[in-house]
Amino acid sequence: MREVSVQRLRALVEQMCIQACYQLPQDVCAAMERAEQEEPWLPARRVLHTLRENAVVAVQEQTPICQDTGMACVFLRIGQQVYWTEGDLQQAVQQGVRDGYAKGYLRKSVVADPLQRVNTKDNTPALIYMEIVPGDQVDVTVAPKGFGSENMSRLAMLKPADGAEGVKRFVLETVRQAGSNPCPPIVVGVGIGGSFDRVALLAKQALLRPIGTLHKDPFYRRMEEELLRAINRLGIGPQGFGGKTTALAVHIVPHATHIAGLPVAVNINCHVSRHVHAVL
Amino acid sequence: MPVRLHTPLTKQMLSQLKAGDEVWISGTIYTARDAAHARMAAALAAGEALPFDLQGAVIYYAGPTPNPPGRPVGALGPTTSGRMDGFTPDLLDAGLCAMIGKGERNAAVCDAVVRNGAVYLAAMGGAGALLARAVRSREVIAYPELQSEAVARLIVEDFPCMVALDAHGGNAYIDGPNAYRNNVKL
Repeated sequence: MREVSVQRLRALVEQMCIQACYQLPQDVCAAMERAEQEEPWLPARRVLHTLRENAVVAVQEQTPICQDTGMACVFLRIGQQVYWTEGDLQQAVQQGVRDGYAKGYLRKSVVADPLQRVNTKDNTPALIYMEIVPGDQVDVTVAPKGFGSENMSRLAMLKPADGAEGVKRFVLETVRQAGSNPCPPIVVGVGIGGSFDRVALLAKQALLRPIGTLHKDPFYRRMEEELLRAINRLGIGPQGFGGKTTALAVHIVPHATHIAGLPVAVNINCHVSRHVHAVL
Repeated sequence: MPVRLHTPLTKQMLSQLKAGDEVWISGTIYTARDAAHARMAAALAAGEALPFDLQGAVIYYAGPTPNPPGRPVGALGPTTSGRMDGFTPDLLDAGLCAMIGKGERNAAVCDAVVRNGAVYLAAMGGAGALLARAVRSREVIAYPELQSEAVARLIVEDFPCMVALDAHGGNAYIDGPNAYRNNVKL
């Protein structure tokens, strides 16, 4: 057993929210640089260059990269030997988000009720996902998610007979429908399998994988490459004004599913694909 | 070279613009997004006054991050314009001259832009830190309880945009990708 204070987690979450919103992750910076080099269309290249410049300005001026500093998604993988002390775990995470969004001058973009829509003024509640895993460490990922791209995400319950081709068609259709709205270049998270509820979470988790890392399964590695090529043949381009670079990456997370089903979810992220990771 | 425009805009200025042109706006623009549009639409329907005069006005679909001490705003890029589509034709018919946002508009907005000799400008989505540099001041003038969604008066200097919909039916979201497809071998 290892004692861990929830106050340490609170302080960590606070700092991670601010870092995520000010600093574009290294993997995304590298992908943007590569995209600019490989973009054949001059107007598109200029857009990519400006977006890269924006990321530099955000760090220099300690300003958020984008005004939509998102709804905070917090993923905790908690070792089963961890014993939490000094308070309530979930309240500590919420307090960390509250403090991070206040101290970092981040936008408070959360309403308490989806229909009555009164702003909570502190960007809580955060969306917390917890998993119990072996060990005595706590793996923390903070991913503030903007809604310009979230709104363009889709889910479908396909038939098993639709297979990989059906999944690819659905992903492409989703990206085409999204068009200029999610601020391309985008990162495309695809969940396949599980159940109706689980598949959406898989798609979100797919966005957390660093760009440039390869899928460990060659079947899905190939599928990711095929999808990225097909998306970047659509011509939507950066900001939707034409070009090769519609997406920076496609990430797939598959999961066991039922003999009758083929759930698929596509979670779209703009290039401000925020994911900060730490171990406690 | 970008076309420099100063507010208030006139329809005559706007008729010169073509989809794809770069435009730098200076002067006064107003931020309003989802919740503020719902309120303004209700005010318009009830025959009440709007928070600002629509004649020659520019609405920027945006909600900033809070301003740190010593700065007028935090990050301030555009939000997705399509969510305002349902409100926009009535505002254009009532005198609104230009909207700044990002992303395609529906057919009713495209028609209303042409009908009124207005324009729809695109600012760069995801470049909120950079765009904030063009903002000189921000003052909330209505609906403060909406927080970042409140209607605010911004004074901007050379705020960079691109003409997405021009007054003659040109659409950069169609023309741009077509030009790319026709010029680059896929």
